[in-house]
Amino acid sequence: MYITAILAIIVTLGLVLARALMGPTIYDRIAAINMFGTKTVLLIAVLAFLSGRMDLLDIALVYALINFIAMVAVLRLVAYGDFYSSDEENIESVKVDQG
Amino acid sequence: MIVDALSWICLVLGGLVGVIGAIGIHRFPDFYSRQHATGTTDTLGAILILLGLGLQAGFSLAALKIGLIFLFLFLTSPAATHALAYAATHSGLKPKLDGTPGEDMP
Repeated sequence: MYITAILAIIVTLGLVLARALMGPTIYDRIAAINMFGTKTVLLIAVLAFLSGRMDLLDIALVYALINFIAMVAVLRLVAYGDFYSSDEENIESVKVDQG
Repeated sequence: MIVDALSWICLVLGGLVGVIGAIGIHRFPDFYSRQHATGTTDTLGAILILLGLGLQAGFSLAALKIGLIFLFLFLTSPAATHALAYAATHSGLKPKLDGTPGEDMP
């Protein structure tokens, strides 16, 4: 029963990773990575029940939180700033834009 | 017994919905239609799989943690989808349309 769900999730992970590698725009890649993160949370939760170690549920919870924060951070960078910039003027202008 | 059957149905349906979403992310032609495939199936698959696990857990601490993960994914997954579509629209990405916009499209 858990094995079926795990196999389905792993197939999903492979297909989504293929889209993340070959997506035409950067937003396709971000959407694929978002779905990858959600499926990883589900995979860890099912794995906790399969192995009987309920500690893994805490890891799944933390992974869900990190996934959302990373998603919002990446979206802010893509929408308002330069993706690879490191000079201070650019960061200052981003702050002024949002403030 | 009945709870086991319900949990089995939920887990298999959740996995099936996830695979359908992964097929949809490859078959749709456009970013926005792909977003439709991923956004909806992501939330529904997570709900179904976590519901199946919660039925297996019964009343325990594990069920509480499953409920927390459920609540968090249920709140943040549509928010992330909306933010992503908003960022794409804001950056000027146009949807791909069939035909000319004046005649057969609003």
